[in-house]
Amino acid sequence: MNGPDGSGRPEPRLTAVPRENAPGEPAGAGTPGPPGPGTGTPSAGGREHRAIETTRLTKRYGRSAALSDCSISVPRGRICGLVGPNGAGKSTLLRLLTGLARPTGGSALVLGGAPRQDPAFLADIGYLAQDVPLYRRLSAEDHILAGARLNKRWDGASARTRLRELGVPLDRAVGTLSGGQRAQVGLSLALAKRPRLLLLDEPVAALDPLARRHFLSTTTAAMAEAEGGLTIVLSSHQIADLERVCDHLILLAKSQLQLCGDIDDLLADHLVLVGPRKDPAAVERTHTVVHATHTPRQSTLVIKRGSPLIDPAYQSEDISLEELVLAYMGAAAPAAYSRLSTVGEEQ
Amino acid sequence: MIHFRVDGRSGVPPYLQLVQQVRQALRMGVLDVGDQLPTVREVVAEVAVNPNTVLKAYRDLEREGLVEARAGHGTFVRRRPAGPPPTTHSRLGRSLARWVREARDAGLDDEAMESLLLTMLRSAEAADAAGGEATA
Repeated sequence: MNGPDGSGRPEPRLTAVPRENAPGEPAGAGTPGPPGPGTGTPSAGGREHRAIETTRLTKRYGRSAALSDCSISVPRGRICGLVGPNGAGKSTLLRLLTGLARPTGGSALVLGGAPRQDPAFLADIGYLAQDVPLYRRLSAEDHILAGARLNKRWDGASARTRLRELGVPLDRAVGTLSGGQRAQVGLSLALAKRPRLLLLDEPVAALDPLARRHFLSTTTAAMAEAEGGLTIVLSSHQIADLERVCDHLILLAKSQLQLCGDIDDLLADHLVLVGPRKDPAAVERTHTVVHATHTPRQSTLVIKRGSPLIDPAYQSEDISLEELVLAYMGAAAPAAYSRLSTVGEEQ
Repeated sequence: MIHFRVDGRSGVPPYLQLVQQVRQALRMGVLDVGDQLPTVREVVAEVAVNPNTVLKAYRDLEREGLVEARAGHGTFVRRRPAGPPPTTHSRLGRSLARWVREARDAGLDDEAMESLLLTMLRSAEAADAAGGEATA
């Protein structure tokens, strides 16, 4: 099968037309084996309420671990935020879920099947890589036509309608479009596959606030149209965006999973305590202290709710998503970095 | 029809923001019995929130008895929340607006006004709690 450029190289997979394999990763698509029993098209029932389930998923490059022992679970029909500092393993996790990277340990089930680069598995998965891989000299229309040839299930009409509504020219080389417009082209192509799982790797990082809002409303509108038949994982540093669109959260730091769960549950499970500066040992006896910051007079503790008894010297407050994310990221940060938060520390 | 706003930084969960805005629109008479709420798709496309968030907000309002979902048609207002009619709200709103102008002329900023209002609410509560015996 020829690629859209007629060169005879293996056809692109995933979204309509990603450019190339990452160095060192197997191409895979050239030799799709017959789907093994219990893989390929996921059957109904059983684990089917989970879109993603991983068990101790690990990816090492030589001696360094890009992801260690990561066990997550994402129910179907959710928008799941994926957060963490740069280099925490977010892109590695997404690449493992698409089969673009292969685990060195552990396992993953995505829509009931093991991730691998073959058409049966990839038909249900849309993936938009961080750099929005598109052929710069080709137009959006060229990409839509190529997608129609490469995908069994392809809704080019909806991609055109969506882009026209947003005022994105279909006939201009995508290299001449703005970053926001290119992101919309990439997203529309990923959605034209009518995927059941959409993986978005920091799609809004480089966009201005208005383009970001348009991108998010295209995403949430697609979610509403799919009526529960679509699950999205969205990696981003924009906590306010995540608070707005996500109902599930995965937090990675230092190649390890810090948090994974329903956002309402995570917020209900944590509290902020503000009180006079004193040894937090008493609190630690009954609660898990996630992160503590101190000034000479005051301590602020983020705790995981344990027993209902809390030292009355502390005032307890509900936690916001931003505070929760910062607490876990701060707890995993190197000591020199976390000292930054001890404002006015007397040594 | 009402337009929703969602503030991702307010700390109030987005579904609760939607619930509060519907209740407020009902109190103010912007929404009336029989009116239709925007469909999930309309809300999602307009304010970019998770469809599950809108569904959760509408379910909460339904549990309160304020709206009802009619299969295949949408969600409609069933009754207004308990409390005085919208005319009372707008009359009190007008007198409060006069007070705000007066306070601003006197040099109070928003924060000072908010804390004054909160203080007055607290002391009214305390007076109510003290009950009849204190009035003698």
